[in-house]
Amino acid sequence: MTDISNHNTRWGSTKAKANLARRKRSQWVLQGLGIGALSIAFLMLFLLVSSLVSTGWQAFTQTHIKMQFAVSAEKVNPDNIAAANWRGLVQDAMVVALPGMEPDEARKMAGILSNAAQFRLRDMVVANPSLIGQTVEMTVPTSDPYDQLNKGLIDRNTPEVNRRLKDPEIAAFDTLTADGRITKPLNTALITNADSRFPELAGLKGALMGSFYALLTCFLLAFPIGIGAAIYLEEFAPKNKISDFIEININNLAAVPSVVFGLLGLAVFLNWFGMPRSAPFVGGLVLALMTLPTIIIATRAALKAVPPSIREAALGLGASRQQVVFHHVLPLAMPGILTGTIIGLAQALGETAPLLLIGMNAFITAAPGSPFDSSTALPTQIFIWADSPERGFVSRTSAAILVLLGFLVTMNAVAIYLRSRFERKW
Amino acid sequence: MKSLHITASVLAMVAVSATAAAARDQVRVVGSSTVFPYSQAAAENFANATGMSAPVVESTGTGGGMKIFCEGIGEGFPDMTGASRAMKKSEYDLCVQNGVTDVTEVLIGYDGLSIAVSRATTHDWALTEEQIYLALAAQVPVDGEWKDNPYKTWSDIDAALPATPILAYGPPPTSGTRDAFVELTMHDGCKALPFVKDGGFDGAWVTENCSRMRQDGPFVEAGENDNLIVQRLEADPNAVGIFGYSFLYENLDKLQGIAINGVEPNPETIASFEYGVARPIFVYIKNAHRGVIPGFNEFIQEFVSDTALAAGGYQQERGLTVLAADKLVEVQKNTADAVKFEAIE
Repeated sequence: MTDISNHNTRWGSTKAKANLARRKRSQWVLQGLGIGALSIAFLMLFLLVSSLVSTGWQAFTQTHIKMQFAVSAEKVNPDNIAAANWRGLVQDAMVVALPGMEPDEARKMAGILSNAAQFRLRDMVVANPSLIGQTVEMTVPTSDPYDQLNKGLIDRNTPEVNRRLKDPEIAAFDTLTADGRITKPLNTALITNADSRFPELAGLKGALMGSFYALLTCFLLAFPIGIGAAIYLEEFAPKNKISDFIEININNLAAVPSVVFGLLGLAVFLNWFGMPRSAPFVGGLVLALMTLPTIIIATRAALKAVPPSIREAALGLGASRQQVVFHHVLPLAMPGILTGTIIGLAQALGETAPLLLIGMNAFITAAPGSPFDSSTALPTQIFIWADSPERGFVSRTSAAILVLLGFLVTMNAVAIYLRSRFERKW
Repeated sequence: MKSLHITASVLAMVAVSATAAAARDQVRVVGSSTVFPYSQAAAENFANATGMSAPVVESTGTGGGMKIFCEGIGEGFPDMTGASRAMKKSEYDLCVQNGVTDVTEVLIGYDGLSIAVSRATTHDWALTEEQIYLALAAQVPVDGEWKDNPYKTWSDIDAALPATPILAYGPPPTSGTRDAFVELTMHDGCKALPFVKDGGFDGAWVTENCSRMRQDGPFVEAGENDNLIVQRLEADPNAVGIFGYSFLYENLDKLQGIAINGVEPNPETIASFEYGVARPIFVYIKNAHRGVIPGFNEFIQEFVSDTALAAGGYQQERGLTVLAADKLVEVQKNTADAVKFEAIE
């Protein structure tokens, strides 16, 4: 602290000027540090997002191929349609599409089509048996290596021995491209399909539904319980050592690493209660435990922000304590509570560790129909894809991260909107 | 208040239906990350071919899978576990202790382990098991004495190798890949050392002294994520990585396999066992669940069918080294007969 009596009041003196210069300099340094810190943060964010976009954007399109399949009556028995040799039909279609090749070689090129082609053809004919004897035209995804080739991710100049696709395979694909069979539409399968071991068929539907069910469970549990606890602590609880102790513990709970909640979920919900593994409901329970402290703290802050005059006025008009809370304080605090809840849920959406422990990182090819079916969640799906050997999953991993980031940004934007639109300043 | 009532009743309903939904209508598979891609393929093909709900496959590591698999019998426990090594006696004992006494072991094929390096490397790599041991083991013979590993660069071991620091990324101890690597490469390399060969040490001594990887930096445990190792190798042309052959196969344009004892890893050399670092991989079936869990029997049939496991089957496309035809017939018969497995010490 500067001692007033020693202060040099002659502003023109060299000492005073030096002092002024020093103070200005230290302010610049402080501002410079602040701007530097912000720039580093932005640079990191930019690097993260740009690296994700640069690898992930390719996954938002998928190479498709248009083929004509001759569903001849001699190969498909109308009494047992599903048992026909559908793979053989797909191979036959390739022989027709590649007239310049030996039939045996052309059959091998059926690998250009996704493995799903035979099943889609089968399902189509099973659903509509009148197609037997006709030629069915269908657009199906190509398999992953050819998708990579079409997107320029396989270098044609690599020596043939080191390349995933050999020269004849590339030649066959080029022929099909020249015939105008190859298209690269938007990859809707990324959202509408569940997981698959084939990158060209893999999508996020299962993970999105799983995350939705888990967050729904989390919200239905954590929101009422969190608000109830906060109202009691803030409005009714006597101020004594016990309530202080509870408050400290809630704050501590907010800082507990999420993996601990996962272990708790594994021990209590799975092993003791015998709930199903990999179920989003159990994931939601675990996430609710994690979100609860955040909601309690946010709700208490929002309740505190409501001025005492509101409470006093209501009490003065003869309202009971309970009426004061539910008719006046809670509605006024609601925007703040919702903001806190959404931020808590956004945190829960990105949480991975507890879900890994309760088995939500499984390979599941069907989207869950209820919160009790096995499923993955968005972050665990990213975890699985990141670990898959197929090249197509590299870009799909980035794409899934972008989808997750999109949801997080949306949720935070909603929270900011609610705050700015409904929050009242006193 | 009304909304609170509704929430409470919803929660009550949810809790009741939770118990009802526990009745499982799909098969559950856990186990090794090496077997995971093959279980995935079988599960997806099974669902596509039969229209039944697809089995849920979870990658837990071999040891982790055994632990969950052996926890008990009933809907809460998995039906099948994959393993990149045979079930250990201790694991079998745990199974028996929990009532899981009737287990069938199914050998599904072989998986090669590869040591790979970036294609950007300037050196023409080829290693012997002995050299690998000297580079990566915790203790090696130095001037006739068993000591902590002093080697820092490859050229310290053999002047023909590059003068770059030894840096190898490999699997952690919880991984079946690590167990297999230690057993197939490190032990063999150790036995080939003149010090051990001439010293008259037996197999027990080798297991006791040659199983530890060095902890002083050159061997880096890179977690279970093999893609991460692939990325690190791309970034550093002098580093080598240890992982399953399927990862090398998918990344052949970026990485090259290092020949071990003069043999390059490829599907032919792995199948013929010419390439020494290949191991059998298994799945274990809980026989008490057969006929109880819907679709389990059909799934087992799919798993060992010719379309899956025979030469030209979809598992071979996935990178599995398949069994010889007569061996496969035997495996299919044993699986169908639910031959009971007993662990040997």
